[in-house]
Amino acid sequence: MNILLATSTTAMSGEGVYNYGLVIFLMMTGLYLVLAKGNMIKSVIGLNIFQVSVIMFYVSMGRVEHGTAPILLEQDLPHHDSEHGHDNHDDSEDHGLLQTRSDVALASTADDAPGADGDGGSDGHAQPHSEDTEVNDNDPSIHTVDGRTAYSNPLPHVLMLTAIVVGVATTALALALVVRIREYYETIEEDIVDAIENRLQKEESQS
Amino acid sequence: MTFVSTITLVFFVLLAVVAVAIGKMRSLFAAVMLSGIFSLLSASLFVLMDAVDVAFTEAAVGAGISTVLMLMVLHLTSDKETHSNEVKVFPLLIAVLCGAVLLYATQDMPHFGDPNAYIHQSATADHYLNQSYDDSHIPNIVTTVLASYRGFDTLGETTVVLTAAVAVMLLLGRPKEEEHELSKSPDPIIEVGSKMLIPYILLFALYVQFHGDFGPGGGFQAGVMFAAAYILHALSGTVRSAQEAASENVVEKLIPFGVLLYAAVGVWCVLKGGNFLEYNALDPEHPAHGQHLGILLVELGVGITVFSAMLMIFYKFALRGREVR
Repeated sequence: MNILLATSTTAMSGEGVYNYGLVIFLMMTGLYLVLAKGNMIKSVIGLNIFQVSVIMFYVSMGRVEHGTAPILLEQDLPHHDSEHGHDNHDDSEDHGLLQTRSDVALASTADDAPGADGDGGSDGHAQPHSEDTEVNDNDPSIHTVDGRTAYSNPLPHVLMLTAIVVGVATTALALALVVRIREYYETIEEDIVDAIENRLQKEESQS
Repeated sequence: MTFVSTITLVFFVLLAVVAVAIGKMRSLFAAVMLSGIFSLLSASLFVLMDAVDVAFTEAAVGAGISTVLMLMVLHLTSDKETHSNEVKVFPLLIAVLCGAVLLYATQDMPHFGDPNAYIHQSATADHYLNQSYDDSHIPNIVTTVLASYRGFDTLGETTVVLTAAVAVMLLLGRPKEEEHELSKSPDPIIEVGSKMLIPYILLFALYVQFHGDFGPGGGFQAGVMFAAAYILHALSGTVRSAQEAASENVVEKLIPFGVLLYAAVGVWCVLKGGNFLEYNALDPEHPAHGQHLGILLVELGVGITVFSAMLMIFYKFALRGREVR
């Protein structure tokens, strides 16, 4: 079991940077739609694709392989009363189960060659912490390192969650502008709007 | 390649295919439906990347509200692209060049899922994972970070939602003389079917709102879901019947009320002797209880503002009517 896991972990750690490539493809598709399409609704959809790809970029950076969602599992909750909840940060007994990223990093830099200090270079991460990774007893899909659960990074999730809701609000604003443009020019094609504007300007200068 | 990473790759490729298909569609109706599918696929991808809260939001917002808004704009404008969609060389060149430069830059990026990446080693990530439960007794770290550690940020975002709603109201506000209905004679099957769903959607939204401390969810997601329930009511029946349930006057006042509730919690903390939004001051005996109370109220404020802003934006689009000058 352990040997199997170790090999699979080695294969996983070199997952590479393909996620960024695909995110960039999506982003550029969105950019092309915004630039090339004269139809305003198409442009708004292009902007949406662009936005989702940026969100995906952040979220993919927050992912930890074999990790789980950043909601503390029952086994990781320190079972103590709230009375002394705030001022026992030094008591490592209480939250000793929680996995920190820097601990993984420390463990793996100690095991690996020096210089693998998380700069993202492909050479430093050939086989990080493969010995330490074990399957959680309760749920085999969640892995633990040194008996601690690996959680993905919550910070990108928070930033992107609010970005999505703000994104739909601003999209609604863009669509409202499109509706008003349609009411005024009776078209939502950029070049026709341009032509109408030019004609109106000419008529104005002639009169 | 493990099972999960294979699925992740498959979803990424599907997303790419859908994005290209959106570009190729000349029917805007098809493009909008595909963009809904795009959102749903990306929400599944967020689940695979362990970002359940983000996935929740994307599914509710991208596949729900924004598809409805787009469809209503199609109704108000036109659903055909007039120009042929031949490939334009110059924009394509820019996109390819940009993509190539970005691809070159990714050589230095940390690997996908690498636990040693710098982002996971920062002091903030460490603090959030290890101390947030001691600070607030809330298992969902995303909620704690959203409402407490980054409370200023979220207050700003809620204000942006308020601003966008106000701007839409200004742009589309003037009600028409003969009000335009989306569906004049509602289909009885759809009407009854969706009416059976609405109470459960509302109940689930309440659960998401108040259980956000312990599971995925929170004010943003719950607000969007509440709005979705009313929008479903309006789409299956008439806009007027939805307005009887939530009148425009009340909704209009709820938008700033949520932001004010959020800010009032901050001021309450100041009056109690703490800093702005420092919930510890709410209950000096048990700082974690103070945090819990503060986060609950702040999430409620976010939920109210998001709900009323989304519903108001919908009303404004729905009642605009097709007007030819």
